[in-house]
Amino acid sequence: MRSIKTAYVLLIYVLLYLPIGVLILYSFNASKFSTEWKGFTLMWYEKLSSNDGLIEAALHSLNIALFSSLLATLIGTLGAVALFRHRFLGKKFLESMVYILIVSPEIVMGISLLMLFSAAQMPMGFWTLLIAHITLCVPFVIVTVASRLANFDQSVIEAAKDLGAEEFTLFYKVVLPMIAPSVIAGFLLSFTLSLDDVIISFFVTGPGYEILPLKIYSMVRVGVKPEINALCTIMFVLTIFVVLLSQYLLKEKR
Amino acid sequence: MKLSRFARFSIALLFVWIVLFAFLPQIMVLIASVLSKGATDFILFEPTVQNYARLFDPIYLQIFVDSLVLASVTTLLCLIIAFPFAATLARAPKAWRPLLLILVIIPFWTSSLVRTYALIALLKTKGLINAALLFLGIIDAPLELMYTQVAVFIGMVYTLLPFMILPLYAALEKIDVRLIEAASDLGAGFWSRLMRITIPLSLSGIIAGSMLVFLPALGMFYIPDLLGGAKNLIIGSFIRNQFLTFRDWPFGAAASMLLSLMMLLMVALYAYAQRRERA
Repeated sequence: MRSIKTAYVLLIYVLLYLPIGVLILYSFNASKFSTEWKGFTLMWYEKLSSNDGLIEAALHSLNIALFSSLLATLIGTLGAVALFRHRFLGKKFLESMVYILIVSPEIVMGISLLMLFSAAQMPMGFWTLLIAHITLCVPFVIVTVASRLANFDQSVIEAAKDLGAEEFTLFYKVVLPMIAPSVIAGFLLSFTLSLDDVIISFFVTGPGYEILPLKIYSMVRVGVKPEINALCTIMFVLTIFVVLLSQYLLKEKR
Repeated sequence: MKLSRFARFSIALLFVWIVLFAFLPQIMVLIASVLSKGATDFILFEPTVQNYARLFDPIYLQIFVDSLVLASVTTLLCLIIAFPFAATLARAPKAWRPLLLILVIIPFWTSSLVRTYALIALLKTKGLINAALLFLGIIDAPLELMYTQVAVFIGMVYTLLPFMILPLYAALEKIDVRLIEAASDLGAGFWSRLMRITIPLSLSGIIAGSMLVFLPALGMFYIPDLLGGAKNLIIGSFIRNQFLTFRDWPFGAAASMLLSLMMLLMVALYAYAQRRERA
């Protein structure tokens, strides 16, 4: 029984990583069309480096991901602390909206923002993408930070208050350092959510500001190009690096 | 108690953002779903229930039924595959568990589009799966996997599996092992323990996981698009087409409301299961 379980778990892990592994392998394959191994090459990476359109789209994506996750982390962290600390009119509404936004299908948010931006006659591009990605990420930051706040020792806040700390000082000097790991986790989650998003971006993107997932999407539909393997490999390695770095930083903190 | 300026700022920031970019747009969709389509403008301010009535047209109904079947089978497959996996992880040595979980999450941290794209390399006629099966002599001619329903299922399950594993793991880890040992001592067999203890105690995890798989499976239009060819329409592709191709926004809005309604039903189901578990 024990060995069957271990074998099953191993099998699932292998299946989870198989497509990514194959992709990385093919990015070094000299053959263009077949799956046959025709020798090691860096040709696709060279081709990629001269593909300005792809590189520009990748930079756009990183730009949007960075700004949207920074702003989402700010709004979400302040919001989560306020929801935790205070009672106010509309608190239930905000809490319900946060949970509904997390479970609601992305396409629903995509078309609703499309309608809003059209009604406001905003040109689709950087700003619409930024707003959409922030809206996507804020609820995830809130639940990440809130889960940390749930284990928070209230007496620390009381003590700081008794010692005369103002609300902002209390946040900056007491609360923030204690929830820092969850704030970082929320930021990283937002960053990957933004970088990964296809569906919402699909509806709020414009011709002037192409982002990577949509560029890959349109490229894959017309035909598979080996440069995409190379690009995906770079992105995968980059993500792993960011994740490991964050794990390391969080460990140091503890 | 009067709130400080800092607290008021925090609340106002979140409140304005949520109302402006999440609540208001959703209300717009709701209103658009009961208006008419204009010849030049997207929306005419003439109230109608026609958009909802049209959803029951056999042609569209077929799309929704197909989409619901696809999402249900995907959810069921994810549940069957993820349950034993999560159960084993939840009973793994404590020191290993964080690493085992991170290993589940890492693929999910890379773009799901990239992973769908990677699946094409495996599934295509000259892909790895066919090459392996031919080499092992299991098949004589390559299987046509790409652009079939099977490919769509593989893509959906592969993309959504982590969303099932994580809530299941969280629920299963909380179960007190002594309950299962006690049942075992009292003579309960494997199936009896599973049906009468493990599953009832992890019900909220099962529902949460099902929700996180089922709802995206209705909307992720790029997976049937890339793996199933254009033959497979799901609700997501249908909504997208109404908005971007046919420019019939009110009709697309009505379909989107249908999706939101399903989501609210599942949320209610989850809340009910959680309340029952606590009682």
